[in-house]
Amino acid sequence: MAFEWIKIPYALLTLFIVVNYGMLLGALMQKIAARVGRRHGVPIWQNYADLIKNYGLRTSITHGVMFYLGPVFRLSGGVGLLLFVPTIYGSEMFSNLSFAGDLILALYFVFFGTLGMALGAGESGHPHAAIGVSRGLAQVTAAELPFALAVFAVALQYQTLSITDIVAAQQGGVENWTLFTNPLAVAAAMLAFLGSMMRPPFDVVLAPQEIPIGPPTEYHSSYLALMQTNRAIFPIAKIVVYMNLFFGGAATWPVFFLKVFCIYLVSVFVGVVFPRFRVEQSIRWFLVWAVPLGVLAILLV
Amino acid sequence: MKRDPMHFIKPELMPRKVKGPDGVEFEVEPLRDYFCDAPPTVQHGAYLKIVEDFFNWARAQSLWILGFGTGCGAIEMRPLMTPRFDAYRYGIQWRPTARQANLLVISGYLSTKTLKRAIRAYEQMQNPKYVVGLGSCTINGGMYWDSYNTIKCLDQYLPVDLYITGCMPRPEALLQGFEDLKKLIRAGQAEGANRYAENFTWYKANQKQVIHDWDMPDYNW
Repeated sequence: MAFEWIKIPYALLTLFIVVNYGMLLGALMQKIAARVGRRHGVPIWQNYADLIKNYGLRTSITHGVMFYLGPVFRLSGGVGLLLFVPTIYGSEMFSNLSFAGDLILALYFVFFGTLGMALGAGESGHPHAAIGVSRGLAQVTAAELPFALAVFAVALQYQTLSITDIVAAQQGGVENWTLFTNPLAVAAAMLAFLGSMMRPPFDVVLAPQEIPIGPPTEYHSSYLALMQTNRAIFPIAKIVVYMNLFFGGAATWPVFFLKVFCIYLVSVFVGVVFPRFRVEQSIRWFLVWAVPLGVLAILLV
Repeated sequence: MKRDPMHFIKPELMPRKVKGPDGVEFEVEPLRDYFCDAPPTVQHGAYLKIVEDFFNWARAQSLWILGFGTGCGAIEMRPLMTPRFDAYRYGIQWRPTARQANLLVISGYLSTKTLKRAIRAYEQMQNPKYVVGLGSCTINGGMYWDSYNTIKCLDQYLPVDLYITGCMPRPEALLQGFEDLKKLIRAGQAEGANRYAENFTWYKANQKQVIHDWDMPDYNW
């Protein structure tokens, strides 16, 4: 099959929409969390000002080659995850570069950014960065287990590794969503989701007031701006995977915006209510509560 | 060992031979290996004025304060994060690391011991960066004017962009001060980092006059 070059501008358009939506949504979630604390919080366009300011800094220093590559790996993890997953189901323009086995690739990309960050933060030489990264790898591994189990359960259920086929199987009404056909897998995956959104009670990686602020301690100017861009893209890309696997996907952009917002809000709801876990509490929590759900989902599917 | 009072170096900062875990001996010179002491240079803005104005707008809308309280004035910063004053509305946020911050608030009296840390924190920040002196102590020493171990005029040691008077200034005064700083930044007048680079030797001489145990390179970004 010949490669259709028109896919590249389409994919860039998807990326553009998702970056802007991610920036605004991130600020909106900050505002919602601030309202819980009876504050008004940052302006809705704050993330743009921060990003432009960081790109506009006049000096920057480096700690070595991996210090450069860390944020690049992190950003390519987010962009890669987004581009290899169909964003809008059934749309020629926004199916991006999805292919038959994209589910496995998506699983890999979820982990990729953290590994890149580990290399970059390790090179920065700051003790807080090293502590943050080791915490992050431990927690991501623990949270990845139930997610991977849930994904395998879903793949077994639909007998395919293509996300497009999984979305196609869920069409035709809310009752066809994986949420209702395989609730155990969705429960396990949503618990894992909480662990990967960098919000309390699972924000042991950045851990403000404790190891301020973990891996990006030494990062500044354009390096930090790259990571901020990724902070806009990555949660959305991850939610797109969840939306496609468990919540019926989205056939139009308005549905996409609504579903992504609702799934994101789950982590914010949990985040504003609970304080932070310690690392061993968080890992134990995943192993005790989320992993058995995932195993059950595989056994019962 | 005879120690020069103006160049006091702690034993752990001396060049020495270290034996690694694999038994290989190697030389370390902490001041050279762990720091970089290339002096700061004057940094020019973007070539196009419109681009620089745009950057200045973004800088004004995104003040990241280094979470570093030097004196009693730091207590007045805390209410700004609370629902009552909520400085986040104005694009003011706190960063825990000097690398990411662009505003250093010297909050109240500054002992010479803390001055050393303030200098190191300031030099680790990236250009453009701003310094705000909070309270009378940073202007003329305030109630510590005849103290033996606090500095009296902050401007002699770090390039101050703005002073907020009072003892202590209320959080409202701080917010007003930050708004004034934003006007300076938007007008392109908050070039403290470049002033520091231009008058580097003068600032260093002043700093070394009060800091007697100067055990670091002249510039440690």
